[in-house]
Amino acid sequence: MSEQTLLMGAVAYDPKVVTIWEGFRGWLRDSGLPFDFVLYSNYERQVEDLVAGRISAAWNSPLAWLRAQRLAGAAERTVRAAAMRDTDRDLTSVVVVRADSDVSSLADLRGRTIAVGAVDSPQATLIPLAHLQSAGLRQGAGLTVHRYDVGVGLHGDHVGGERAAAAALAAGKVEAACMIDANHLAFIREGTLAPDATRILSQTAPYDHCNMTLVDTAPEELATRFIDLLLAMSYADPQVRPLLDLEGLRTWQVGRTSGYAQLDAAVDQSGFYDDRGRVTAAEYAP
Amino acid sequence: MTTARLDLDRLGFDHGAHLLVDRALRALPGGGRLRVTGSDPALGVHLRGWCRERGHVFAVDPVAGFEIEPGPAERQRLTGAERAGGARPEEIVRHPPAHWGLAARGALVEAGGPSPGWFDLADRDVLWADLAPRLYAHAAAAQWDPATAVAWNASFELADDIEAAVVQVMTYLVENEQAALVIPARLLSRVHPHFREVQQLLAVQAADEARHVEVFTRRALLRGSAMGTSSAGGRASLASLLAEPDFTLASFLLSVLGEGSFLALLAFLDEHAPDPVTRQVARLARVDEARHVAFGVAHLEHQAALDPTLRGRLRSSIERRHDALANTAGLNADVFDALVVLAAGEWTPAAIARGYRAVQAMSRAMDDGRRQRLARLGFPPDEAAELSALHTRNFM
Ligand SMILES: [Fe+2]
Ligand SMILES: [Fe+2]
Repeated sequence: MSEQTLLMGAVAYDPKVVTIWEGFRGWLRDSGLPFDFVLYSNYERQVEDLVAGRISAAWNSPLAWLRAQRLAGAAERTVRAAAMRDTDRDLTSVVVVRADSDVSSLADLRGRTIAVGAVDSPQATLIPLAHLQSAGLRQGAGLTVHRYDVGVGLHGDHVGGERAAAAALAAGKVEAACMIDANHLAFIREGTLAPDATRILSQTAPYDHCNMTLVDTAPEELATRFIDLLLAMSYADPQVRPLLDLEGLRTWQVGRTSGYAQLDAAVDQSGFYDDRGRVTAAEYAP
Repeated sequence: MTTARLDLDRLGFDHGAHLLVDRALRALPGGGRLRVTGSDPALGVHLRGWCRERGHVFAVDPVAGFEIEPGPAERQRLTGAERAGGARPEEIVRHPPAHWGLAARGALVEAGGPSPGWFDLADRDVLWADLAPRLYAHAAAAQWDPATAVAWNASFELADDIEAAVVQVMTYLVENEQAALVIPARLLSRVHPHFREVQQLLAVQAADEARHVEVFTRRALLRGSAMGTSSAGGRASLASLLAEPDFTLASFLLSVLGEGSFLALLAFLDEHAPDPVTRQVARLARVDEARHVAFGVAHLEHQAALDPTLRGRLRSSIERRHDALANTAGLNADVFDALVVLAAGEWTPAAIARGYRAVQAMSRAMDDGRRQRLARLGFPPDEAAELSALHTRNFM
């Protein structure tokens, strides 16, 4: 079956993943592509299966992309970031304090407590902590970190840890919290944070998020058609528009790898994976 | 290339700034860009995230503020959108598609979304009557409050067995009103919302019946605490009404024949009621029923003009129902006797003879009314008389 079908992996971080990929599968098959997907409970197993050739494509978190690259390098395989959502480009994370806080620069956080998301969240933990480290603040050395481990193994796709960090800030349990730029506004709109009650202390440089990773063992003709079809999906098409809305994009774009350097450095700094892609992070059990 | 400018002053995205940004983007000429400035400290962070989610290209302007290049998604969302007909009753379409669903008539409907199968009554020629909007307006204006529309405290004295006859008639009326409530309620949930005046009319009709159930029950219990009898034949007759799934045939059997016959029954009660409360509740219900009959007749008249096969189907629906009820008793004998006693008002041979004549006159009035309404639907007089005679002995 794998000879005739392009098989893609996706991580089931939310029930909507089934709706999204069943919908896309129907559309792709209607467009003539033999396509199916398998769901994983965490990203680690998904990228291991990708590099082992058990699946041809993986809808990867940025952290999973970096591990796929490292695993592939060690196995003398290659992977490529073939496509990504328009919304995967140029995200930033922010460090937020309460509006009445006496903290006015990153340096003022010395000796304070900061809330982050899950241990494996690029946007709410790994990238912000690397950002703080570049300002001379590291966990245990001038900074106490409260981690909110919700959905470990989902690489921060589950927003629960990020929201819990914001709620801890609102409740006065911590003095700062880390989140994606857009989630700061989303948390205000949903009521996790009160309007005017917080202040943005610092913002990271832009970085990229998920990508559709292909492994070199993938059937080439099917893989090319798969990516071409993704790129051809139009927001003007009423059949796919609700799926694009659910998946949080307007268009698929050609993948690029220029936006992963910050996370790559953070992975090295924190020792999350080694250079052969082995999981070396402490307290990480997906 | 135009670059428009928008200054948000102190307004942030946590206080609705997106409305001004959206409006400015909509006003841009093709290929135009928008430079946004403002003093909210979080503006850059929130604008970046907002643009990303909307598919706009965001950049920090090297001089001041931020620059937005609008993406096509907001425009694309309405690709293939269509108007759900026109808002006014003259602009209804013959076959509204299922995917318009609950959208307001005349709304701009985004393509995609569900196509619910539950609005299966979706043919203008089956549902519509030009009279519907006016009848609905009239019905909405004519709603009365059971608590104040009836003088419940009016004083009167009735002999126990005359009172018992009234209670029996009220018990029968409640049973029939309940059928008259359930039938339009079931039909209205199947009517495509495009025909909203028909839905509204059926909804008010169901509400009318709910009040009728209330006032007849209340009259029955005015002096005692026990209701009368309910016969198997009466309920069989009503069950055969509820079993009719076809909108046209159900409204024919219920409104034209059943409620039409009830007009004569309620007029009889108005004329012969032994007490003022019975008279008032019958009179109030009769005004509502006249409206229900008017819609049924108007809608079938409209349809008969369009569909020459309609009369044949109406005829067989009467015959089918007659055959189905052939072996049942028809009208509850207790009800027939109660009507005679009620009209007699006392237990003398002369009074009973008078009551009996009155009930016979009522039966003739029912038959006359049915024949007239059948004639309006285009049945020749002899056929109208024949069909009227096949109508259920239970009146409804
Ligand atoms: Fe009624
Ligand atoms: Fe009625």
